Amino acid sequence: MLAIFFELVRNSGLSIKKFGLGFLLSMAWNPVTEDFGALTSIFGTVVSTIIAMIIAVPLSIITALFLVELAPPILSRIVGIGVELLAAVPSIIYGMWGLFVFAPFMADHIQPALGKTLGFLPLFQGPPMGIGMLSAGIILALMIIPFICAVTRDVFQMVPAAVKEAGFGMGSTTWEVTRKVTIRYGFRGVIGACFLGLGRAVGETMAVTFVIGNDHRISASLFSAGNSIASTLANEFAEAAEPIYLSSLIELGLVLFLITFLIQIFVQLWLRRIAKGMGDRL
Amino acid sequence: MKARSLFARRLSDYLIKILSALAALIAIFALGWILSVVVSRGVSAFNLDFFTKLPTPPGISGGGLANAILGTLLITALASLIGIPIGMLAGVYLAEFGLDRPFASMIRFAANVVMGMPSIIIGVFVYTLVVKPAGHFSGYAGAIALAIIMLPLIARTSEDMLRLVPNSLRESALALGAPRWKVTLGVVFWSAKTGLITGALLALARISGETAPLLFTALNSSYWMRSPKEPTANLTVTIFNYAMSPYPDWKAKAWGASLLIMIAVLALSIFSRWIFREKKIRKG
Repeated sequence: MLAIFFELVRNSGLSIKKFGLGFLLSMAWNPVTEDFGALTSIFGTVVSTIIAMIIAVPLSIITALFLVELAPPILSRIVGIGVELLAAVPSIIYGMWGLFVFAPFMADHIQPALGKTLGFLPLFQGPPMGIGMLSAGIILALMIIPFICAVTRDVFQMVPAAVKEAGFGMGSTTWEVTRKVTIRYGFRGVIGACFLGLGRAVGETMAVTFVIGNDHRISASLFSAGNSIASTLANEFAEAAEPIYLSSLIELGLVLFLITFLIQIFVQLWLRRIAKGMGDRL
Repeated sequence: MKARSLFARRLSDYLIKILSALAALIAIFALGWILSVVVSRGVSAFNLDFFTKLPTPPGISGGGLANAILGTLLITALASLIGIPIGMLAGVYLAEFGLDRPFASMIRFAANVVMGMPSIIIGVFVYTLVVKPAGHFSGYAGAIALAIIMLPLIARTSEDMLRLVPNSLRESALALGAPRWKVTLGVVFWSAKTGLITGALLALARISGETAPLLFTALNSSYWMRSPKEPTANLTVTIFNYAMSPYPDWKAKAWGASLLIMIAVLALSIFSRWIFREKKIRKG
């Protein structure tokens, strides 16, 4: 782990020296004039991740609830296996599906509808191309749902039955017990699960590379093409011939490494604290 | 708390039930959609040539991805050869000897962090470490990258599995006078073997679909591989290149390759789940 950090720093030395801290804030990306900046990529990563989280978090929590509280056992098992398989599908398959099936679907049906109803917002303007930030975010959401859902399910299962039964005994409906007992009891665990998903989404490469459109540009519209750190790396690494180009790409990798590293450390410490807390209480 | 009518409470309860069933349905629907698309488009690319011939230049029909299939198998095998023994040894250390010592918990922490790292970072790392000094892409570099991804996965699962072995078993073997290494290898390993195999298979499933690290390490090639020291053809990078190409013939091949990868990955993960359940049923 330390070796990874060290190597990345060493190999991005050239671009760190040339661009300094401005690297993080510069929108430039021009291999011809050898002027590089990371802002567009960081922006793309952040936006696509935010879209993914907005969609994935409520969906996975509610799916986990369905699995634990509401579904009959046999259905819960089948759906549970389905969700786990969703996690097993390799990301390049998501990419293929996203590019050839989902993006056209978005362009034909969803994006025109969004443009018509919400077109007054700058978020939903522009030609419906299918590929772009929104599609990338939705596919990312699909990919991280299984992870968040699995952890949330485990957390919900750890809620002692006695506490729930007490709630039912007071005459609460299932939803009331869920909202006021289960979710509150497992709240910190759910937060941990969300960050786990966040870490996944930030570094996801192949699926995003396929659908995000790969354009070094910051645009207000979610329909337009952009890029993320990982997709820039995947796309341009093979063609980076000049040392400064290569070293800028590696510095991008370093930025991504630091982001995911911080998220991971946070998740690990957080989960450990929860495990301790639960252990004390049980 | 504000009192609400029973009707309103029942209604919101009912609505949430429908909503959550819908959410679960979306997940299942997405899975079904993806699987059916890959199967329907992939099957048409399958024929004898697909499995036995070399790729052709765009425009010329026929040809296959035999070299990529072979390359993927080889890289994965090499990666397992490196990753599985080292990972299991690390797991043995953590479960049998390290326990709760500070060093062991540090390793555990690091393994968890690396497990959450995006695979593309591992790819860049191996690139700077192996490919750049060597001056060219190689199959070995790809195998090393995949092995690094496997390592923490296997270490953690095998630790968990070894910990499930009851202590009384270890103690009785030790009481019979067996040395510690014999206890670990002969007794603990043997009784945890299904779990260990499951862990290895899951790690295998995880890496066989990896693309990003191979892009930086093994690259691709359109010829038969002569030695793993050269850039090696593999299915996932081939999918990436072919899917981005404008030729319908190549795109069809990319779907075929996707289907192949998906079958392999899903089969591995279902199979490992199955043997694990078998064991549980027998025991329970």
